[in-house]
Formats: sequence, C-alpha cells, structure tokens
Amino acid sequence: MTTPTKPSARLTPEQLEEFGKEMDAIRQKVVARLGQEDADYIRGVIRAQRAFEGAGRALFYLPPAWPLAVASLSISKILDNMEIGHNVMHGQYDWMGDPGINSRMYEWDTVCPSEQWKYSHNYIHHTYTNVLGKDRDIGYGILRMDEDQKWHPYYLGNPVYATLLMLFFQWGVLLHDLEVENIVQGKRSWKDTKHLHRGMIRKVRNQTLKDYLLFPLLTGPLFPLTLAGNATANLVRNIWAFNIIFCGHFPSGVESFEEEAAENETRGAWYYRQLLGSANITGGPLFHVLTGNLSHQIEHHLFPDIPARRYPEIAPEVQALCEKYGLNYNTGPLWKQLGSVAAKIVKLALPGGRDGTRRTSAPEPVLPDLPKVNVSHLVDDPEPQVERELASA
Amino acid sequence: MTLVRSILRSPLVGALTTPHGVDRYLELVDPMWVVGEVRARIVDRRVETRAGVPVATLTLEPSSAWRGHEAGQFVQVGVEVDGARRTRCFSVSSPESKPGDLITITMRANPEGTVSKHLVHDARIGDVVHLSQADGQFTLPSPLPQELLLLSGGSGITPVMSMLRTLLRRGYGGTITFLHYAQSPDHQIFADELADLPPNVHVRLVYPECGDPVFSTEELARILPHHAEVDAWACGPAGLVERVQETFRDNPRLRVEYFKTSTLGAVEGAVGRTRFAGAGVEAENTGATLLEQAEDAGLTPAYGCRMGICFTCTTRKTEGRVRNVVTGVESDQPDEDVQLCVSAPVGDCVVDL
Repeated sequence: MTTPTKPSARLTPEQLEEFGKEMDAIRQKVVARLGQEDADYIRGVIRAQRAFEGAGRALFYLPPAWPLAVASLSISKILDNMEIGHNVMHGQYDWMGDPGINSRMYEWDTVCPSEQWKYSHNYIHHTYTNVLGKDRDIGYGILRMDEDQKWHPYYLGNPVYATLLMLFFQWGVLLHDLEVENIVQGKRSWKDTKHLHRGMIRKVRNQTLKDYLLFPLLTGPLFPLTLAGNATANLVRNIWAFNIIFCGHFPSGVESFEEEAAENETRGAWYYRQLLGSANITGGPLFHVLTGNLSHQIEHHLFPDIPARRYPEIAPEVQALCEKYGLNYNTGPLWKQLGSVAAKIVKLALPGGRDGTRRTSAPEPVLPDLPKVNVSHLVDDPEPQVERELASA
Repeated sequence: MTLVRSILRSPLVGALTTPHGVDRYLELVDPMWVVGEVRARIVDRRVETRAGVPVATLTLEPSSAWRGHEAGQFVQVGVEVDGARRTRCFSVSSPESKPGDLITITMRANPEGTVSKHLVHDARIGDVVHLSQADGQFTLPSPLPQELLLLSGGSGITPVMSMLRTLLRRGYGGTITFLHYAQSPDHQIFADELADLPPNVHVRLVYPECGDPVFSTEELARILPHHAEVDAWACGPAGLVERVQETFRDNPRLRVEYFKTSTLGAVEGAVGRTRFAGAGVEAENTGATLLEQAEDAGLTPAYGCRMGICFTCTTRKTEGRVRNVVTGVESDQPDEDVQLCVSAPVGDCVVDL
C-alpha cells in the first residue's frame, strides 16, 4: 500500500469502536514494554547530539574543516529539534522522571519558545489534525494546501511562499502563534498576542546571541566564517525540517476533515481521522532518526506520546489493521512524497485545483441497515469532481 | 576548583550553552561534574542489621553544589529503575555537614518501596544518585538546651542519630536520654555505636516484641519523670509518634517527624465524582488523594516523593475544590496546577490526566 488507488472505507460506529479498541491494544502493548531500553536510547541520541554540537563548534577553529563543522552543527540542530526536542516535548519520555528530558522543562535549539510551540502543536495540531478551519498547520496561515481553502489571487504566490517558509522555517514556526493571517483579517488584534512577545523576544535574543555573536567572537579573526557556518547550519536544519514536516500531512491522498468531524468524536473516530490525515516516508533506520521518526507520521499521530523509536516496530501492526478495515496507509519514498507535495503547492496556487483528495465528513452512522461486509464499497464513492470544481470556481 | 565552578556558572557559559544549560553537557562527561544540580557518588556501603528486612548505610560524596545539612534534616534521593527516576526522602544519618563533607543515609529495604530496595540491594559503590539540598524543620535549636530527649522507632532512628552524633562531636556536656523502639536486638540499627557512648547519654533500647513494655505516658514517666520540662525530638512510625504526641499534648518542647506518609489525612465524608479528563475515566470520589484515586482507576501518573515535596506529579486541575492533605489548605481556583500526591478532592473534581 502506498499512494491510495481507491479511497479509504468509511466505518460504521460499531466498526469505529472496534477499530479504536484494537488501536488501544497496540498502545497498551508498547506502553507495557517501555523501560531501560528507551531511556538508554534517548540518552544515546542526546549524547550524539551534544557530541556533534561540540565537534561542530570546535571545527570552526580549523578553516579547511569548515564544511565538516557546518555538517556537524547541522546534524546537531536536526537531532536536537526533531528526534529529541519534538519528541520530548510531546511527553514521550516524561515517564522517566528526568527533568532534563521532560516535556515541561525541555527547551530546544531553535528560536520558537517550547512553551508556545507545545500549545500550537501538541494541542491545536494534534487535537484537530487536518480539520480545516481548526488545524492551523494546514498551510500555516500563509499557504493554500487544501482545495477547500477558498482561492484568492494571493495564492498565486503559493510556491514562492512555500520556498520562503522553507528557507526561514524556524522563524515561521516562531511566528506561527501570532496568527498573523488572523490579525490581517481583523479577527485578532495585536494586543491579543501580547502574552507571547516576552517569551519570543527572550528566546530569539538567546539564540541569535549564541549563534551570531558569541561563538563567532570566540573564534577571533575567523568571526565571519563562523557566523556564516552557524547561519548555514540553521538553514540546513530549516530546509530538512520543512521538507520532512510537509510530507507528514500534505502528500496526495491524505484526507482533511470538516469541523463537525472533531465534535463529539469517539476515540475510534479520532484514531480514524489521525490515520487518514497523515502520511509516512519510507527509509532506513538512520533516515528515521534524522526525521525524528516523523517518517512514521501515521504512528506518531495515533500515539503522539509513545517514544518515537517504537513507531517502526508498531508500524506493521497498524498496517495490518488498515488492511483489515480497508483504510489507506499512505507511505512512499521521500522523493515521491515530496514530489506530490510540490505538485499540490503549485496546483493549489491556481483556482479550483482539486487534486482528488476526498473530503471526509463526520463519521456519522452510514447505511446502518446494510450488511457490514460490503459497506466500504458502497459508501466510499468520492464526491463528483465536476460539481466540486464548479462550486469552488 | 572554585574558580572553575564560577566560570562554569557564569552568564557567558550560560549564553553559550543555551537553551540546555551547562549541566546538560557536563553530566555527559561525568555525572558528578554538574554545577547547578546536586548528585552524589556512593563511596561506601554497610549492612546495619542482623535480622529482618535488611538495613544499609550508604556513604555519599555529594557534588560541588551541596550546601551541607543540619542534624535531623532529610534529602531526596533519586535512583533510576527500569529507565525511570524514582525519588524518595531519607533522613541524613551522619552528623551535620558542610559543603565538601561526606554524608550517610540509612534505609530499610521497604518491600513495597522501589527506591529503598534499590539502594539496599542493587546500589554499588561508584554509582551516582540524584540528591536534593537538605530540607526539614526537625532540627536542633541554638543555643542547645541543658537536657534533651531523643525518641525513635525502627528506621526513624536516622535523624535523631544525626542529632546524637552532632551533639557528641560538638562535645555537648548536657544530659541526653535516647529512647529507641525496635523489633529485637537483631533488628537494632547502629547497635555497636549505641553500646559505646559517653556517660551523659542514657540509652534505652526497648524491644516490645521481646516482652519489653510498649511506649506509654506511664512508661515515659518512669524513665524520665520530668519529661514535660525536657526538649524532645521524636521520629518513627505513625502509631508511636501519635502516642508520644498524646503524652506531650500541646507541649511545644516536642518536635516530631514522620517517616511514612500513611497518616496523611484523607477527606472524610467525601462526596462527588473525580474525573480524569485526559483518560476519560470517572469514579466516585473516595476522599483519598488524587494520585491514589488515579492509580485506583488504573492510571499511571508520574510521581516521585508521594509527600508533596518533589512536584513530579504536578498536574492541571481544571475544575473543583481540592484540599492539601498536609496543610489542610483548600483551593478552588479553576485551571491550577496541583500536586496529585497531597491533593484530595472535596466534591466534584476534574483533573487533566
């Protein structure tokens, strides 16, 4: 199963409940196994990250090793933000009781304060995943990433905005909580963002002071080289994180949902929405670590607080459930997922631009009188595309 | 060394190691190098008892941030078991200390306690444990009174032993009555040391299970007729401490320390329902602490000391009134962070767990 050839089945409330229980069972099994191995793993990653960081900072004293220094520091920042920061701040390692690896205490090596990111990410994005109008990660308020976002001439710049967001990704993440688009539209005033300013300013000051002043100064006459190196490492991290993250919810075939879908949702329906609203990337173990295991976005959205290193091991069980219930498990190699995201960015710059992704409404009881066996085939016809295009034109 | 520490704690090093802080780097080289937190290396270990559940004394070498302790105070000790840090409080059993001194803690391997069992059975010389700064009001006054009574039961002997050792080291010339209750001579902690004390220390080791009289007002009056005029320190199981408190009534000369949380009061006549919103679990409010109610409901919230000290279990309470079972203070602020281990709901309560 890679890119879906046919839409996922809709499940009856009974099926959803059963589906939810089976997902819960997978979760219970993993939770029961958590222990020393997971603690050793995350400590090992932290050790590696700090070693790359130290090596990177030190190698700037050797001008010929500049590319190596940049590579080292880039890996440090990628590991810090993705496999460590993102996952620790999800509370994946809170059970360890180690304040240094605790979601309430951890701060990451990027300009966005962890406190603000946790609100918009853990709460808004993970609760309302792919619910248009609720999940601000759909286009981050600046892009048109869903055909049901009403087209506007502004979106002709979609590919340009996406490129800029990629290059300045850490700053995009920082500004995300200001909801600038809502300020522009008058839905939110500058005053409403006041509580965010202090934290932002402090974090930006600390990060820029470290990367763009103190460490360059410490290398004396090599100041410009070190400065450029630190900026490059931040840029590399920005590009990598953007690309991995955009493969999480935007490849074609990933579904988005109406607002009603998230209202009074059962646990089974929540799992269903998380599963269909996410996409994976295939790759080797090292690739998975460098993506912070966001290459297992599906498993991550199903079980956001389970240590990410466990995702590869539960993926086959999740896939088996998908087959059982006739649901698509969206996965593919990086180039393919990225290509499909890029195509979507370009396509949705233009009016209409429906790319075939089915809008799923709340999983209300569907044809409850029909025999269960064939329900999926009977109810999952995509809505007529012509009609949709007319409606959005 | 002080210079190195000052540099490591300087704002410049802080700015260079932001956002993690210097300790997160130092600990990877050597866990004892941390400059902000306290750690301790186990440098010696001895078993104290000959029978029953084993009791061990560990000698600890605290890291550079240790500020020392007053006799009678306790520390939180954190160990890692199956990847998770577990923290418990232990009284320091060695005499008062200054920065740079070694300290000892003495603990019985409580069959239900992860930390004490680990420390007694599994901890090895060279291991590094997490330590807090010393805390607690169960201490000696200054100036010292002319006469003191030290009263303890079981492993409650540890803080009063620290006091006794401190007094002896300071060359205290007054009279000390040391009254200790244990199961049997074979269960006696620090037996050799207690057998060899100067004449101004009157030691009475009592073994009720071997036929000795249990603690009572009459018994104390027999041993120390003027006990109401003597400054007293008592530490031990809740039952013993309560009887001592009855004897002394409201006499301010008595200071007590519990070493178990069993007496933390539940809310009596509890009503309403307790809901754990995150897990979607709801149950009848039993009046027990939120931590106990959560565990009874099958949840496994993070916890540490279970006595309101370490804040590991702190969780957002969104609705309802809770009582702090240690202080008795009630609070009904919506959306406040409460310590599950010492907060018991009074009526309906919703916790974000």
